[in-house]
Amino acid sequence: MTETEILVIGGGPAGLRAAAAAGELGAQVLVIEEMDWLGGQLVKQTHKFFGSKEQYASRRGIDIARILAGELENHDRVTVWTGAPVLGIYEDGMVTAQKDNRHVKIKPQRIIVATGAAEKVLPFPNNDLPGVYGAGAVQTLMNLHGVLPGRRVLMVGAGNIGLIVSYQLLQAGVEVAAVIEGAAHIGGYLVHAAKIRRAGVPILTRHTIKEAQGREVVEGAVIQQLDENWQPVPGTEQQLEVDVICLAVGLTPLADLLWQAGCEMRFIPELGGHVPYRNRLLETTRPGIYVAGDVAGVEEASAAMVEGRLAGLAAARSLGYGGPEAEAYLEDALRQLHALRSGPAGEKIRRGLEKLETMEGVPC
Amino acid sequence: MRISEHPIVQFNKGTKVKFTFDGRELEGYEGEPIAAALHAAGVRILGHSPRYHRPRGFYCAIGNCSSCLMVVDGEPNVRVCVEKLRAGMKVETQQGKGVIR
Repeated sequence: MTETEILVIGGGPAGLRAAAAAGELGAQVLVIEEMDWLGGQLVKQTHKFFGSKEQYASRRGIDIARILAGELENHDRVTVWTGAPVLGIYEDGMVTAQKDNRHVKIKPQRIIVATGAAEKVLPFPNNDLPGVYGAGAVQTLMNLHGVLPGRRVLMVGAGNIGLIVSYQLLQAGVEVAAVIEGAAHIGGYLVHAAKIRRAGVPILTRHTIKEAQGREVVEGAVIQQLDENWQPVPGTEQQLEVDVICLAVGLTPLADLLWQAGCEMRFIPELGGHVPYRNRLLETTRPGIYVAGDVAGVEEASAAMVEGRLAGLAAARSLGYGGPEAEAYLEDALRQLHALRSGPAGEKIRRGLEKLETMEGVPC
Repeated sequence: MRISEHPIVQFNKGTKVKFTFDGRELEGYEGEPIAAALHAAGVRILGHSPRYHRPRGFYCAIGNCSSCLMVVDGEPNVRVCVEKLRAGMKVETQQGKGVIR
């Protein structure tokens, strides 16, 4: 059995920042990551980030992953396990994981769950054909492993992921037939939309996919216009010759461990689905279990990093670490989060958080 | 199809190794996911669903969705989107739920 003061589950932007912050205050930390590498989904983000310099703005995600992982290298209070999926959080506070093909037990005093999110799927006929891929999957295949997903892609969803992955497909030499979006407006940053439009890719708002075509693999797609009530308009069907249909229709928190641990969960569509109740320092309804990053509500990596720092500081402080300066650090992290969410792009997040906070019985 | 030139990323793929897919000899790079090696070789159908025998490919590519289960060296239900390729691996499409030996 391994004992640790703070266990961080997940080595993405939130988990790595949580570990660094808790270690900085003097706590002993174990980070456990299921993949063989640190950085989570940052390792495939070849584009430059927005935000401020505290969240490494204007650097590429792939470089931020290296910086964050580097902060924990040779750290005397932070231990990192990679290739080790966590299996469960038990009633007595024991955590189990798989490490080197063995079942291991960990006994932490505090837990920070930073497990991230998974891609959503869209229902339409033949959506299970090989060639229908999540946008993140296409990024992984292309930017991490150097393999092209296909020759010609239909991108479904014009949020930031749909727009950015479309641009990355073009960079890799793949044709993008169109980007379609069910809503009346492009959801992502217009600077990303402008880049792919300049490259000649049409972005069709109020359009959806009617079906994927093909017997064994994707050979085409039929798209269709939607009216203002999101109903398909008959006679507007268009057939596209594509071998890949890429779904960029949002993410949902990977909250299985929180459910299992008995944390109270609430359904907030603005935050991606079921999210944990928590106080402003990100502690859930199960005392000693904190959350950070997409598992707490789907946002951008910049917010995940700040949430990670906040949860790391809060967990370490609850163990008695950090003097008066810990208060100042916490206030600074809260200020950064507020700033990140204050613009028009943060409107949906603000709405979701407000819903969560005003729900009955919230321990905030 | 592999990316030979990219404006931002350099791919250092390492050692080329041979493996088999349903008895057919293919090549990939050691340590990359089996699914990446198969996709680069043009293989997109990784198995068929248990009930309706629908073709299955990968979906999430990060080990979450279980759409890419295959039989690897005789072991069924291996998530090939995260399982690393090694020389001489025997990779087979899985029919149904697979049998644990």
